[in-house]
Amino acid sequence: MFTLIGNIVRCLFRKPVTRLYPVEVKPAVAGCRGQLHIRIEECIFCGACQRRCPANAITVGKQPKSWTLDPYRCIVCGYCVEVCPKKCLVMRPEHFKP
Amino acid sequence: MQTTATSAFPTRNTVIPFGPQHPVLPEPLQLRLVLEDERVVEALPAIGYCHRGLEKIAEKKDFIQNVYLVERICGICSFMHSLTYCQGIEELMKVDVPSRAKHLRVVWAELHRMHSHLLFLGLVSDAFGFENLFMQLWRVREHILEIMEKTAGARIMLSVCSIGGVRRDLDDGQMAEVLRVLDRVEHELEEILPTLMNDYSVRQRLCGVGLLSPDKAHDLGAVGPTARASGIPMDHRQTGYAAYGDLGGVTPVTETAGDCYARIMIRVRELHQSAEFVRKAIQKIPAGPIAVPVKGNPDGEVLVRMEQPRGELIFYIKGNGTRNLERFRARTPTFANLPALLHMLPGCQLADVPVIILSIDPCISCTER
Repeated sequence: MFTLIGNIVRCLFRKPVTRLYPVEVKPAVAGCRGQLHIRIEECIFCGACQRRCPANAITVGKQPKSWTLDPYRCIVCGYCVEVCPKKCLVMRPEHFKP
Repeated sequence: MQTTATSAFPTRNTVIPFGPQHPVLPEPLQLRLVLEDERVVEALPAIGYCHRGLEKIAEKKDFIQNVYLVERICGICSFMHSLTYCQGIEELMKVDVPSRAKHLRVVWAELHRMHSHLLFLGLVSDAFGFENLFMQLWRVREHILEIMEKTAGARIMLSVCSIGGVRRDLDDGQMAEVLRVLDRVEHELEEILPTLMNDYSVRQRLCGVGLLSPDKAHDLGAVGPTARASGIPMDHRQTGYAAYGDLGGVTPVTETAGDCYARIMIRVRELHQSAEFVRKAIQKIPAGPIAVPVKGNPDGEVLVRMEQPRGELIFYIKGNGTRNLERFRARTPTFANLPALLHMLPGCQLADVPVIILSIDPCISCTER
């Protein structure tokens, strides 16, 4: 009947498990797929990322050269990072801020 | 609420629309409950509130993009969907997946099962009014989500399963951390679970409620924990897919009572079983590549089955030699468990309806795709 009493007493004296978001933000975890970033100076605008993107979030223009990401469509799967021939796409661990 | 006196219900019955928006339902499902006083006479389901047409979209995307699409069929057991799909395509294309990848798939699949069961146990605790237990269980679940984020790069939508293997490897440090987290989770559960299993008020709410006999479970096609709680030893991991065959086989966890308490106990016992599978997979993981390159396009049809946290998941995949599939069809476990649910409800009290519905762990977004 009193199996949770020890737990309750400990909870009284320790800090909360939850965070006061957005005042306190969880630190980014290394290796986490947070948001997509491009080093645009290395991009050759081949369009491989646009063709492979499962969510149609990337638009690549040849003339004039442009690379656009719709962050609200992106599902941060990282497929584009894998197929990029110049490896100029990187996945950063920090999450996209609305 | 409306009062009816139809030919089907000759006495004056009350019809209560339970859902689609209801505090205990995480997802939209409507059950029209025909009541005689407080007793349920009949339950009529109405589904279709979150149909997204994913099967049709799967015919428009190419078969590799579909890995990320099918993962989004469910927001809880997403890895299981991508694993089932990848296994189906690999069978079609006769791809031999490296053993290390199979072991890694078991690690993530069982971590997913653990977080899904903890989510369920928390929700059902909340449904019978034990909010403290709900918060305790979800706090423990957070450890599993964090280790998935560290190993796979995301908390739920892991996106690590790919056709031909997996996309990420685990180094020794990460494996040691997974084992540490499992020990911590089991240690914390040792304190919490006895309350769920033995508390007087919990047993009063769950024992003998929502009975499903073994014969009925079989006849109505119940799957997963719902069937196993009625004594049917049915678990598709027994077929030895992924690396389950190399890990000493699977003995299904069964109960015999067939009530809500038995269905919850199945999940409690499967938590420990899953932790054991993760440990075994990490112990026996061989060195080697984590994926093989896949060339060509799928041609032919395949029916692939797998054990999800909620039961048996079936994918039908038909390829025609192009990058797009000709047909993709998913039969999810909640769909199979709905007839059993409709059988459990008549005769119960209105106050027990939320607990009975949650006891099958319904996933409506899976069901409606």
